Amino acid sequence: MEQADCIEVKNLTKVFGSIKAVDNISFNVKKGEVFGFLGPNGAGKSTTMKMLTSFIHPTSGSISILGYDLALASMKAKEKTGYLPETVALYADMVTLDFLNFIREVRGLKGRAPIERVVNLCSLQSVLDKKIETLSKGFKRRVALAQALMHDPEVLIMDEPTDGLDPNQKAEVRDLIREMAKEKIIILSTHILEEVEAVCTRAVIINEGQIRFDGTPDELRRRSGIHNAVEIKLNSPVSNESINKLQELVYVESVKQAGKHSLMIFPENKKNISHEVMAFAIQNGFDIDEVSLKQGSLNEVFRNITEGGVS
Amino acid sequence: MNSGIMPILKRELAGYFTTPVAYVFIILFLVMSGFLTFNIGGYFEAGQADMRGFFSWHPWLYLFFVPAIAMRLWTEERRLGTIELLLTMPVSMFSAVTGKFLAAWMVITLSLSFTFPMVLTTLYLGSPDMGSIITGYLGSFLMAGAYLALGSCFSAMGKNQVVSFIISVVVIFILMIIGLSGMWLPDFIPEVLIGALSNLSLLNHFNSLQRGVIDLRDIIYYLSVIICSLFASAVIINVKKAE
Repeated sequence: MEQADCIEVKNLTKVFGSIKAVDNISFNVKKGEVFGFLGPNGAGKSTTMKMLTSFIHPTSGSISILGYDLALASMKAKEKTGYLPETVALYADMVTLDFLNFIREVRGLKGRAPIERVVNLCSLQSVLDKKIETLSKGFKRRVALAQALMHDPEVLIMDEPTDGLDPNQKAEVRDLIREMAKEKIIILSTHILEEVEAVCTRAVIINEGQIRFDGTPDELRRRSGIHNAVEIKLNSPVSNESINKLQELVYVESVKQAGKHSLMIFPENKKNISHEVMAFAIQNGFDIDEVSLKQGSLNEVFRNITEGGVS
Repeated sequence: MNSGIMPILKRELAGYFTTPVAYVFIILFLVMSGFLTFNIGGYFEAGQADMRGFFSWHPWLYLFFVPAIAMRLWTEERRLGTIELLLTMPVSMFSAVTGKFLAAWMVITLSLSFTFPMVLTTLYLGSPDMGSIITGYLGSFLMAGAYLALGSCFSAMGKNQVVSFIISVVVIFILMIIGLSGMWLPDFIPEVLIGALSNLSLLNHFNSLQRGVIDLRDIIYYLSVIICSLFASAVIINVKKAE
């Protein structure tokens, strides 16, 4: 059933010559979700986004945006969608204000209000009368973002929205995305894993054209081998006796000596057992220097998933 | 659906006039057409108050001038990647192709209209047949449109302006001289085919308009070339846009 408030992608495939850029992927994105597309370069992220925006047509499969099937009503879907392409592809010889006016007219909007809105949102006041080709990369990116937000779209598709921005601008754009997220469907691609945690409610990893992971950023982190492992650093060398004692605990899956003075304790089912371990260590008179709870890094999980390792 | 044409047309026109493209085009077109008419064509020496000597150069002027303006229609969009921006907005391919085409055609038409002193000169020198001057301008206008639409097709094929220019010039040249009095065609081609080919010639249709005869077939011919070429441009862009 096609629903009016979500994006539905079914069995989407795109073949370029002999290469399957996107291989039979399906997913739904609901209103309020910030859908983060992750994957190494060439994984099929951009190809999928170009299909979502009707720039290229799928080899097979279907896409429906807010109930509009792209094969039948792409114009309607385009009206509802704002798109920030991957490369900063703007009419470089135009002045920023003229460019924004052009976008406004193509979008069929009237008056100065839409322009004032995006100029404020993207802080473009200082570059309105400058030619786009003379702007810094950060400003070009913000002009591109302003273009995508001009008609306050219900669907926002952004290919690497913070690429080329400095840390302050990155934070601003992320704030903006979070702010808009409630009323919109947002799909963004990124290869910055911290961004997924910062803004996305859902992370999807794609590799070789196929979806390898689909879940929340937390679930993604839980895939880490060391998620919720407790590391204890002792003031004295680790004894075999203490390892054996720890290993006997019911909530401990295994214990590894991580160095001469440190131990890694892996919990059953990746539960958080830090309190239990600390209580036990104190009871047994461990001479503790430091206790830390490991989260596992998204980078490690990402590499495991996209390089075919165990996840 | 057609409402999408206006913003594109406006943007393109502004593009011609905020860069030197339009000014260079207009000035060079006027200089060259004056030079060809007076110095090479011997306008005064002919001793006739008509504009045949002026219009007869137009097919050859356009052969180079029109591809020069057509070559950037789509190559630039594809080279810079702005085509992705343009075609992911609610703009139909029809609007995009037509808007760009009309803007370029307007620049050419503006250049053509600046040749009005030729008309004044001819009127001063004698009493020319105004009918043939008007049909001459009409023919020139339509022929430029046909050249431009063909050029739009070749500019849609690639990202390189120079390649697009050269292919346009060569193809337009072939379409001009095709079937011209059979002068270059080998004997074994049957006469029927030669007749058919000469009906396709861009030049033959202009020649009859120049003589002051408005034949609906000539007008339909040019309009069909324009419509078919623009349609082909749209198809080519659709296929090649993502490359």
